Amino acid sequence: MHIFRRIVNTCSRSKLHQEIDAEIQAHVEMRMADNIAARMSPEEARRDALIRFGNRTVMRERMTAMDAATAFDAFGRDLRYAARQLRRSPAFTATALVTLILGIGANVVVFSVLNALVLRPLDVPQPTGLYNVVHKSPGDDNQSYPDYVDFRSKNSTFTDMAAYRFQSAGFTTRDAAYLCWYYRVSGNYFDMLGVQPAQGRFFHASDEHGPNSAPYLVLSHDFWRRHFDSDPKIVGTTVDINKHPFTVIGVAPVTFHGTDLFLWPDFWMPIVDSPDDEGTNFLSIRGMHNLWILGKLKPGVTPQQATDNLNAIARELARQYPEDDYLSARLVKPGLMGDMFGDPARAFLAGIMLLAFLVLLAACTNLALFAARTADRSRELAIRLAIGSSRWDVLRQLLSEAVLLSVLGGALGTLFSTTLLNALTRWQPFREYPVHVTVSPDPKVYFVALLLSICSGMVWGLVPIRQIWATDSVQVMKIGGAGTLAFRRFTLRDLLLGVQITLCTLLVTASFVALRGMQRSLHAPLGFQPQGVVLADTDLHMGGHSGASVTPVRKRMLEEVGRIPGVTSVGIIDETPLGTGGSSTYIYRMGTIDFRPSNMAVGAKYFSISPGYLHAAGTQLLKGRDFTWHDDAKSPKVAIVNETFARSMFGSASALGQEFMMGDKISHEIVGVVENGKYDSLTEAPWAAVFFPLEQNPDSDTSLLVRSPLPPAEILPELRRTLGQIDPSLPFVFHSWPDALAFVQFPARIATATLGVMGLLAAMLAVTGVFGMAMYAVSKRMREFGIRAAVGAQPVQLMGSALSRPLLLLLSGSAAGLLLGVIASRLLAQIVYQATPRDPLVLAGAVITMALLGLAATWIPAQRALRVHPARLLREE
Amino acid sequence: MARNDLQGTLDLLVLKTLSQLGELHGYGIVLHIQRASDELLSVEEGSLYPALHRMEMSGWIRSEWKVTDTNRKAKYYRLTPAGQKELQNAEKSFEHLVKGVRAILRYA
Repeated sequence: MHIFRRIVNTCSRSKLHQEIDAEIQAHVEMRMADNIAARMSPEEARRDALIRFGNRTVMRERMTAMDAATAFDAFGRDLRYAARQLRRSPAFTATALVTLILGIGANVVVFSVLNALVLRPLDVPQPTGLYNVVHKSPGDDNQSYPDYVDFRSKNSTFTDMAAYRFQSAGFTTRDAAYLCWYYRVSGNYFDMLGVQPAQGRFFHASDEHGPNSAPYLVLSHDFWRRHFDSDPKIVGTTVDINKHPFTVIGVAPVTFHGTDLFLWPDFWMPIVDSPDDEGTNFLSIRGMHNLWILGKLKPGVTPQQATDNLNAIARELARQYPEDDYLSARLVKPGLMGDMFGDPARAFLAGIMLLAFLVLLAACTNLALFAARTADRSRELAIRLAIGSSRWDVLRQLLSEAVLLSVLGGALGTLFSTTLLNALTRWQPFREYPVHVTVSPDPKVYFVALLLSICSGMVWGLVPIRQIWATDSVQVMKIGGAGTLAFRRFTLRDLLLGVQITLCTLLVTASFVALRGMQRSLHAPLGFQPQGVVLADTDLHMGGHSGASVTPVRKRMLEEVGRIPGVTSVGIIDETPLGTGGSSTYIYRMGTIDFRPSNMAVGAKYFSISPGYLHAAGTQLLKGRDFTWHDDAKSPKVAIVNETFARSMFGSASALGQEFMMGDKISHEIVGVVENGKYDSLTEAPWAAVFFPLEQNPDSDTSLLVRSPLPPAEILPELRRTLGQIDPSLPFVFHSWPDALAFVQFPARIATATLGVMGLLAAMLAVTGVFGMAMYAVSKRMREFGIRAAVGAQPVQLMGSALSRPLLLLLSGSAAGLLLGVIASRLLAQIVYQATPRDPLVLAGAVITMALLGLAATWIPAQRALRVHPARLLREE
Repeated sequence: MARNDLQGTLDLLVLKTLSQLGELHGYGIVLHIQRASDELLSVEEGSLYPALHRMEMSGWIRSEWKVTDTNRKAKYYRLTPAGQKELQNAEKSFEHLVKGVRAILRYA
């Protein structure tokens, strides 16, 4: 009841007043009636009744003060007063707002990305208990179909397990050919995830009856909208994928984008079907690791129990099949393509989140330093205390100001970050891949933003708490708030500022290291020369070519494109190195009988290339010869290997003429040795690599390299026309080779950009922080300086004593930051090519930057200290 | 240690009055305390109403607007179970106070 009353009271303070008045009125009237009955005159009766209450206004105030209503009222008053205070010092308010917007905004952006990629589960009805089953060794994430079937049928810990792989295909309409990306999934995929179709139906496990038994498609909502205009009668129609007919049986809901967070498929197809002739072979090959397993744990089963269960099955399979020699199982969180991408992404995001948090802390430090203004307000506070304000009231007032400002800054910061995040969500970083980065903020993000705002307001609002408690109003008013005693000691503020400078130096150093690494990676020995090469990528299957019909098409491409004016050389490779594909294989010595993985001599990347590829790519042939068109299916198997391959197989002996075997037990003769290169990432250790002639290792993936001194824009139209004449149904993706490398440089670029932005933020905060402190130091000691100048101190001496503290902090903070930067760079080396702080340019850059920042921050305070005018100063005091 | 202040005494008087008479308005409480104590105690209106308000906030008493016998609107207060319990505590601590004061007065 009384709680209800409190709430009612809260709604209206005046209503409470009215009620109290009515109660008193009733009391007075009853007393008057009795008094009159006791023969008093009405005038006397009234006077007596009223006088017994004493001061009624005071009493009413005491009563309302007890009510919750007044707590809110006081809060509102605090806020109004705070707003007035902030309006009164617009410079401080603006600086603080900008600081907070940057600090909180940075946190909101980073947290949104973290939330979208790491914290938020897959967008399916029941995301709990979903795990990818990968191998034990990190990065070795794909499984083979036969292993998947065994894992699914033999385990006792999963309700179900689905398999899927991501592929590209040509989608042909009457007018044009498009490159699209799709999932091939096991029949139980949709049922396991519990997704319901928006149109038609999904396929089920019961639809699978061996290879090519279910030529069905489920379209993504987006693909349906883009290519079929959301045609409601789409179900039942036939579409051509790689010139093979497939029946559309359903459309996925608009929210479902497959089981990877940022690779969105255009459609889904049963895994037993394939739009190319060789594509279903892998269903029976146990050694072909090319799909993802996604399992759903039974309720109550822990991931550890499931892992043990699967590993027991793996050991059993390893006994049965030599190909399963290395089979092992490990569960990872789905959505980020196992740990190949997931681990670095998670680690990187966690690191950036920490940095963002530190930046916010630095922002709070600054605000606390600015709030050293409270010292300048100590007179005001003293007066408030002297006229009866409680210390709690004063503290609440200061906190209200801080929190009001923080929430305002947080709101604006969130607004800006939301704009940025929405732009990021619309952004498609790679034209040829369906990459979507959905990082729009959700309620969780807004909640975190609010929490951060309030907490940061509390943090910097509470810094002056000791000062308030120690305030002796009489003292303060007597000496006018010019106490310098507290300033001699090292305080919490100094420590915070030192930490801030350290952080700034760390970020500046890391940014320099990353920048230098990026710069070096542009000149890194890649094993090929990307400058001046245009790539035309396609898959010949998409034009319906396969088997023997592939070679003539390729030969025609090479011949006709080679004749385009300005083209100096052409070549074909199945997948360009540092692209997104790339396969590796086990290499065995001659004489090997047992071809199990543990008996291999070396694991090597392998590529299929045309004659002339090495020349067009600019890969140096160190020894031996290039392939010719005579190295075809009928001639002996040959190979070209790189230096690492040659050294690890044959040591210092010449590799030319030597032979090796692969899992297919056929010997290959080495006819050439080429320089080492980078194949998967810029930061990788040297890998063994082997190149085969296209005709001896057929593959429909085709990347045509066109080298020309002309700019790509001048070559492209003619290239497009020439290729279009050869086969108009083939979808090509054109790009310059340096552009195509953007994919491998993407993590490094993101890292550099993020570090740069964070570094810039930290630098701004450090400058304002040091500036604020130095300025405060100088202004607080002007009187002292005036006296010292009057008795003959040199301006330089004054400046020295004014700035020694900030400079000391700058020096020690920078030194510590530099040291931390050197340590942190080791982490960076995993993302950025050759990131090393042992680079004079990096060290010099960091030192010079910090020196400049220090100079910028102390210049104006120093000028002020130098221009001390004793007479005028002493007069003012 | 029980709470032995004078405000506690006012609370005790009000709570006891309400527990004896059930439902009463502020003026009635003043009159009752005055009469029942043989005019020895008189409660000041200026202290009574804040005390009533505070006790209501604490949930010891409940209020309701009603019409008096003389056809006036007045606010009637009654004890809640929490107030009943508080009354017992207050009585106990008052006994302590009286005992303590008496002990000191008799000390010689």
